[in-house]
Amino acid sequence: MNPSAIQLDAQGNLKHFLTIEGLSRELLTAILDQTEGFLGIAEQAVKKVPLCRGKIVANLFFETSTRTRTTFELAAKRLSADVLNLDIGTSATAKGETLLDTLRNLEAMHVDMFVVRHAESGAAHFIAEHVSPHVSIINAGDGRHSHPTQGMLDMFTIRRHKGKFADLCVAVIGDILHSRVARSQLLALNTLGTGEVRIIAPRTLIPAHAQTLGARIFHDLREGVRDADVIIMLRLQRERMQGAMLPSEHEYFQLFGLTEERLGTAKPDAIVMHPGPINRGVEMDSQVADGRRSVVLEQVSNGIAVRMAIMSMCIGPKNLHAQEETRGWRGDE
Amino acid sequence: MSTDPKISICNGRLVDPANGIDAECDLHIADGQIAAVGPAPTGFRADRTLDARGLVVCPGLVDLCARLREPGFEHKATIAGETAAAAAAGITTLCCPPDTQPVIDTPAVAQLVAQTAERHGQARVVPAGALTQGLRGEQISEMAALKHAGCPVMSHADRPIKNTLVQRRAMEYATTYGLTVFLRPEDKHLRDQGCVHEGRVATRLGLPGIPEAAETVALARDLALAEQTGAGIHFRCLSTGRATQMLAEAIRRGVRASADVSAHQIFLTEEDIGAFDSNCHVIPPLRTNEDRVALRAALARGDLAAVCSDHSPHEEDAKLAPFPATAPGISALETLLPLMLRLVAEDVMELATAIARITIGPAQILQLPVGRLDPGRIADVCIFDPDTCWIPSESTLVSAGHNTPFRGRELEGQVAWTLLAGHVVFQREAT
Repeated sequence: MNPSAIQLDAQGNLKHFLTIEGLSRELLTAILDQTEGFLGIAEQAVKKVPLCRGKIVANLFFETSTRTRTTFELAAKRLSADVLNLDIGTSATAKGETLLDTLRNLEAMHVDMFVVRHAESGAAHFIAEHVSPHVSIINAGDGRHSHPTQGMLDMFTIRRHKGKFADLCVAVIGDILHSRVARSQLLALNTLGTGEVRIIAPRTLIPAHAQTLGARIFHDLREGVRDADVIIMLRLQRERMQGAMLPSEHEYFQLFGLTEERLGTAKPDAIVMHPGPINRGVEMDSQVADGRRSVVLEQVSNGIAVRMAIMSMCIGPKNLHAQEETRGWRGDE
Repeated sequence: MSTDPKISICNGRLVDPANGIDAECDLHIADGQIAAVGPAPTGFRADRTLDARGLVVCPGLVDLCARLREPGFEHKATIAGETAAAAAAGITTLCCPPDTQPVIDTPAVAQLVAQTAERHGQARVVPAGALTQGLRGEQISEMAALKHAGCPVMSHADRPIKNTLVQRRAMEYATTYGLTVFLRPEDKHLRDQGCVHEGRVATRLGLPGIPEAAETVALARDLALAEQTGAGIHFRCLSTGRATQMLAEAIRRGVRASADVSAHQIFLTEEDIGAFDSNCHVIPPLRTNEDRVALRAALARGDLAAVCSDHSPHEEDAKLAPFPATAPGISALETLLPLMLRLVAEDVMELATAIARITIGPAQILQLPVGRLDPGRIADVCIFDPDTCWIPSESTLVSAGHNTPFRGRELEGQVAWTLLAGHVVFQREAT
């Protein structure tokens, strides 16, 4: 079964946004183009468009998150939707309610979209399969599987800085095995036709058959970033030290931590990205994080525009008229 | 017993691999036993004649692993319900693992299971006794008493024994009483939180993987202990090609080892998980196509002597959650025979070999006098139409568990009659 089939309606428009897998280059490009249109809204005096007015968006976070939830909330509000924030981790499921029960209860409140984060891979797919037909699901991160809006905001950031993907060499560094962000990035980079995609990590953090993710594998940081245009760092979770994945943060930083010096082999104009939050001194040096190559904060702002684009494509006025309407509205102001 | 009916099964194709028979041949039953194969004995007057024209007549199937969920998990299934499903599937003897609640580690629980099945009279249930008390892997169980209570083998269900010394002692003790030890090779630590094969699909879907070595490391350990202790060991549900090689080498060296494979493992691969299909969440996990090919070859050669259903019925809710949070297992009694017939259709083996793997093969592993149809044997018979197509669904499945990836997929081969000790326990109504 095509894992993407469930995401699209009969006309091929986005209904849910669960994974990058199976989506066409055209669709990903359409998301990026749509995002351009939303980027200016943050600069306006009135930071709102009415594309989702009258819609209810529920942030359903079974795992805690500050940044992602906040950007989804802002994105929905800028689209004029009403937003519910539900911190499920501490309420219903803790009382033994099943995921489906929680879902049914919220559906009864006539929610139009669920933004879901969950610790288990496949949770967003599961919810999309069982939700009423009029409800859209956006995956805000499921286990190790997928975090497609993060993947798209990274693509958007890359495109703004570097232009065509075909000419680029992109290196992803860190815990690929446990990273839903990495999976989404690698899928998106390959779908968009990136010239060369690399992953860099010790063997314990690289999944089996990693080459099927469409990336060259490196175990040496300097070799891996050689001539790279884009360097994406991944967050290293502290739990990895306990699972015998790594000996210590110290040794990890010695070998895979990004410093100005180790960036020497990359292209002079290479940009450095990180999905946040950064462990300074573990994944990268403060010098790099705050340096001229870093686009980390820009990623956060882009995140709002990308999420607006995806949300409006799922529940806004259907298809490409949306962008026209956005422009039209700005004209009226 | 004069109340047992005399039955003749006529005009069918009799396939009895243990006796090397595959021919059009009648079967006559009296007193719950096979009275004659071929012409009826002089003076034999059948009370009932079953016309098996166009059908295959074979020994009642023997399943080495079927969870009936009773006692303890009656919300999933019951002995009455699952033995009825077994009868509808042509299965007459079922070995159930000891992972009930309470665990089958005392004669009382073993007898409760066997007697409950006997009372319902749909299939013969032989409980596997727990190798250690409470399946905790610490203190060995009262195996002699369990044997006396009707447990033909000792098993550790799906729980690895962490302490190798306990396992050695358990195997030695079991051997004292001629009991074969059933183990499913799995290294607990290598399995970790894994829920699918550590391969392409795990990588793509971000699901925690179970490496091949989780099976082979444990298998190597268990084979070494079997060799050291001289114990008879049976490996349940092998899933990797490499494990079948290790097993074949050990058997050649003279280790008293045997193994089975579940029917779904020789048809499905990790790719069938698709987009998180929780009905494909099963342990050991669905592996690669290379593994499937190797398992089929080992089965055809006989290195794998049996195919089991590894039946795990679940209530609907158990599969309604994100993939890793669902309960593993497939409801598989009723797909066992059709899947074996598909192996024949796919030219993996002859019909007689396929039937041997679900009759005499498992019967010998259990050391039970079933799975063959020579005169004087218990008349457990399965009569099936190899050409009838049917689709497993909530309305066609008898088992309480509808959790099968074959639901909605057309299968060929359907049981017409099942006889248990000379009594018709299942008869398909004409549709």
